[in-house]
Amino acid sequence: MSDEVAIKINNVSKTFRLPHEKSGSIKNAFVNFYRRDKGFEIQKALKDVSFEIKKGEFFGIVGRNGSGKSTLLKMLAGIYLPTGGDIQINGKLTPFIELGVGFSPELTGRENVFLNGALLGFSRKEMQRMYKDIVEFAELERFMDQKLKNYSSGMQVRLAFSIAIRAQTDILVLDEVLAVGDANFQQKCIEYFYELKKRKQTVVLVTHDMGVVKDFCDRAVLIHDGVLRYEDSAPKVANEYAILNAPKQTERSSQGRRWGTGEIKITDSEMVYPSSKQTYYQPEDRIEVKLNLNIKKNVEDPIMGVTIKDIAGREIFVTNTKALDVKTGSLSAGDRAEITFTMQNVFNDGTYTVTPAIAEKDVGFFYDVIEDACRFKVLGWPFPTGIAQTPTTVKLTKTERGGRKKK
Amino acid sequence: MKRLFSKQNRALLAELVRTDFKLRYQGSVLGYAWSLLRPLMLFVILYFVFVKVLKSGDGIPHFPVYLLLGIVIWNFFTEMTSQSLGSIVGRGDLIRKIKIPRWMIVFSSSISALINLGLNLIVVAIFMVLNHVPLMNTAVYLIPILFEVYVLALGCSLFLAAAYVKFRDLSYIWEVVLQAGFYLTPILYSVTIVHRVAYEKVLLLNPMAQAIQDARYAVVTHSPLNITTSRIFDNGWYMFVPFVAVVAALIIGLIYFRGQSKYFAENI
Repeated sequence: MSDEVAIKINNVSKTFRLPHEKSGSIKNAFVNFYRRDKGFEIQKALKDVSFEIKKGEFFGIVGRNGSGKSTLLKMLAGIYLPTGGDIQINGKLTPFIELGVGFSPELTGRENVFLNGALLGFSRKEMQRMYKDIVEFAELERFMDQKLKNYSSGMQVRLAFSIAIRAQTDILVLDEVLAVGDANFQQKCIEYFYELKKRKQTVVLVTHDMGVVKDFCDRAVLIHDGVLRYEDSAPKVANEYAILNAPKQTERSSQGRRWGTGEIKITDSEMVYPSSKQTYYQPEDRIEVKLNLNIKKNVEDPIMGVTIKDIAGREIFVTNTKALDVKTGSLSAGDRAEITFTMQNVFNDGTYTVTPAIAEKDVGFFYDVIEDACRFKVLGWPFPTGIAQTPTTVKLTKTERGGRKKK
Repeated sequence: MKRLFSKQNRALLAELVRTDFKLRYQGSVLGYAWSLLRPLMLFVILYFVFVKVLKSGDGIPHFPVYLLLGIVIWNFFTEMTSQSLGSIVGRGDLIRKIKIPRWMIVFSSSISALINLGLNLIVVAIFMVLNHVPLMNTAVYLIPILFEVYVLALGCSLFLAAAYVKFRDLSYIWEVVLQAGFYLTPILYSVTIVHRVAYEKVLLLNPMAQAIQDARYAVVTHSPLNITTSRIFDNGWYMFVPFVAVVAALIIGLIYFRGQSKYFAENI
């Protein structure tokens, strides 16, 4: 195996024997032995999967529930042994199948930190050195001597996460562990991913959040029904995944609800970035949303607008052509239109969704609304606290006791 | 061996043992004091029943201490094997989520049992002083004897812990086996009450009986009433049967555990 390769997976398959009725007793074992009743089903979770992950790569494994991606992950982690084929791993691999493994509700926060640290391979001394940072990062200083059972689930996740990110390893394997927690926590995860990417950490990420795949992964594989369906650059794999999921009408895509009377249809909505390589906005960038419209019936002066929400669904900013005093004029059936909203980046670091809406001229009803049609990320503010960022100047005037102004 | 006891594994082992201990006396007012109080109170009861009421002892000098030492060693074996039996299943959450050496879990519960043994031996020492038992220089043999018991218990523990993943009936079966073992081993009674030498010999082929009798001989009394395995076989080669059994238990336990441990995550 060349030095460039972090993980090499050769023709790996995994078969489970699933007992019909858990035959966890000696009687059953005897009875089954005499009856020659197998009493189990063979399930092929993975079939002949091969691929390579290079060093320094942010690698995605995507697939639907039950596709076999978690089985693959557990084999990478060394928890399951492959039934066939082999896995070569170059370096130390640390898996996070779940945050806070081994957390015990009866122990205090402090004790759990040390236990969890030991499970991650840290010595007690190393943990003592990191302890303060961990607690500070989790913002749980006041709670460390309380039992874990008195923590809220959010606090537990925060504590576990803040230990997990200390892991120093060659290859980091993350399951959908980070899909839990509130918006604030997700934001921290995104920042963590960003940092991992910056320091060229080899990461294997299992997820079905295509937004994350597109934003962070260099390459990805799509696993479907235990077979490697597709291996390519992340956006292409994400696309393939979307196509795979498309026929299922009942399943909601990452987009939200759509409604409206349909005189005008939004055919496409996308974020425009300063350069084609960029996948997020930096503080100095302008945020651009482009909508493509298909006019089905003649309409007069429709109002076109966008609502920007944060990941928790709070409306952060709303604008439309009426508010901006822009006349859209008359549009006739069969026309197409393109409208671009360009705005200053006042948004703090985080993920935001855009809900485009086209309304009748007096907002009597909507022609078309697609909730959360697209999303974008903002990264890189030096002081990312609060919701918004706005250019601010400071003027400080000091007055001495005598009343004399000081220069 | 160096890999087995790497820095990380040692840290993990220490943490697992520590957790085990913290959780054991969770919520009790006296906490750790119970590890000493519990055996102490048990011994007081046994002392009254067997020494004061039943007056068994058959003329063995320092019978109370003799009795205690036997019980302590037997309890160590019982505690270690029954705790290890459920250890792999009990730590299923860890086994399914991270890769830690599987044997570490059994090993950590064996360490907890060893710590308890140490505490119990302190209590025995206290009783020795109270009973004016002279400290003999053969007492150092207690260390290899306890090591032998530990190895036997470890072999059984590895086997039981691995088998319990698949056969949950085992916990009940083992309970019965231990109970039978307790009465088949000369702990509460002296070997001399068995009147046929052939039976005495069979009894003393049991490694636990051999270890307990040897420990009593080394620490408490050299009295001829305290019959040890080597004495009854008159140093014949039969006296090595218990040792062979101990080594066999360890080897079988290790091999079975190794084979099964690959599938723990799937089978739990």
